[in-house]
Amino acid sequence: MQKFLFELNRDEEFQARYAEDRRVALAGFDLTAEEQQALTEPDIGLLFHLGVNGQILMHFAALHSIEWQDYLQRMRDGLAVHGPVREGIYAVTGYEGVDAHSTRSGQTNQIQGGN
Amino acid sequence: MPLVFAGVCSHAPGIVGRADQADPSAKNRLYEAFAGMRQRLEASNPDALIVVAAEHFANFFMNNMPSFAMGMADHYEGPIENPEWLGIQKTRIPGDRSLSERLIQKVMERADISYAEEWKFDHGIMVPLHFLTPSYDLPIIPANINCQGPPLAPLHRAWAFGQALREAADSVPERIALIGTGGISHWPATPDSGKINENWDRQFLDEWSRCDKAAMLSYADSQSYLDAGQGAFEIRTFMTVSAATEGAPGIVHFYEPIPIFAVGCTIGTIDLEAPQLRSTD
Repeated sequence: MQKFLFELNRDEEFQARYAEDRRVALAGFDLTAEEQQALTEPDIGLLFHLGVNGQILMHFAALHSIEWQDYLQRMRDGLAVHGPVREGIYAVTGYEGVDAHSTRSGQTNQIQGGN
Repeated sequence: MPLVFAGVCSHAPGIVGRADQADPSAKNRLYEAFAGMRQRLEASNPDALIVVAAEHFANFFMNNMPSFAMGMADHYEGPIENPEWLGIQKTRIPGDRSLSERLIQKVMERADISYAEEWKFDHGIMVPLHFLTPSYDLPIIPANINCQGPPLAPLHRAWAFGQALREAADSVPERIALIGTGGISHWPATPDSGKINENWDRQFLDEWSRCDKAAMLSYADSQSYLDAGQGAFEIRTFMTVSAATEGAPGIVHFYEPIPIFAVGCTIGTIDLEAPQLRSTD
């Protein structure tokens, strides 16, 4: 999964093929049905749950023009639906959220669409 | 010749990409600090800038992951990210293959590194360049420390890499500037993005500003992960700059947690003219 995303994130030609037919673009990668579904949908929350490195996933979300707050929420939703991250270095530690944190710091954000 | 400039700065993609979502005054304070760093860099009249970054799977992957790598090309490209998302347009960045090769040859005497004749810059380099060399007219020598995919090289190896960079800069006639980019505490690209351990950051920056080698080398990744998130592994880039300027004090020009940027935003430079600090060995 991560290898596919690594290749996709850095190769505009590959991105064009993925845009044309997501299933076809997956050919040649050893993926389970669940992983294929997560990559083609794309299901950001499931990918995070499966252990995709957040930096790789962040670039993939940007490729799909998923707005930042939406991206964070999709990861939270994925954990709520599927459970904690299965493997990797992404333990969730608990956080009050950017809005509350900013307010506590005396900053006024211009965030659209909540936190 | 000896390094003409050294400093550290944050590289979080939100600093540019989510600038419109931040508190305007906080954003402006950071941008002014970046402008000050740019002025100091330009005043040093460098021939090239080494950027020690912690890249994020733009070039190196777990199939063949170097702990340390340096670029060796006459030009690079970036950013790999969606330009609208990052807020930085795709461009070509000048390098200097000859200079890279001479530096790398020297670095290899002390540190084991990989070299790369192809390198696509991600936000780890592009965000600092956006502020420091916005005309992309200064040759860049990219360097990378794996801070993403464990196992990671231990901190004392990052220190040795910094020492090797210093010796390499000393060995060439060009005027070399050096920056480290990354960290400090943060939980980037996770649901906890925005979380910042300010006390941890200030403690580390105090040690960094005093070039306290013993204190900086005492961090353990397992504890840093708990206290400061997986993004804290990037302290390696700051420590590399300390090692390359060992004994010189650092000046923290700016530090402020800006949650929407997902990091305690930091700008620091090394006072290369100051009297040497007492050794902490």
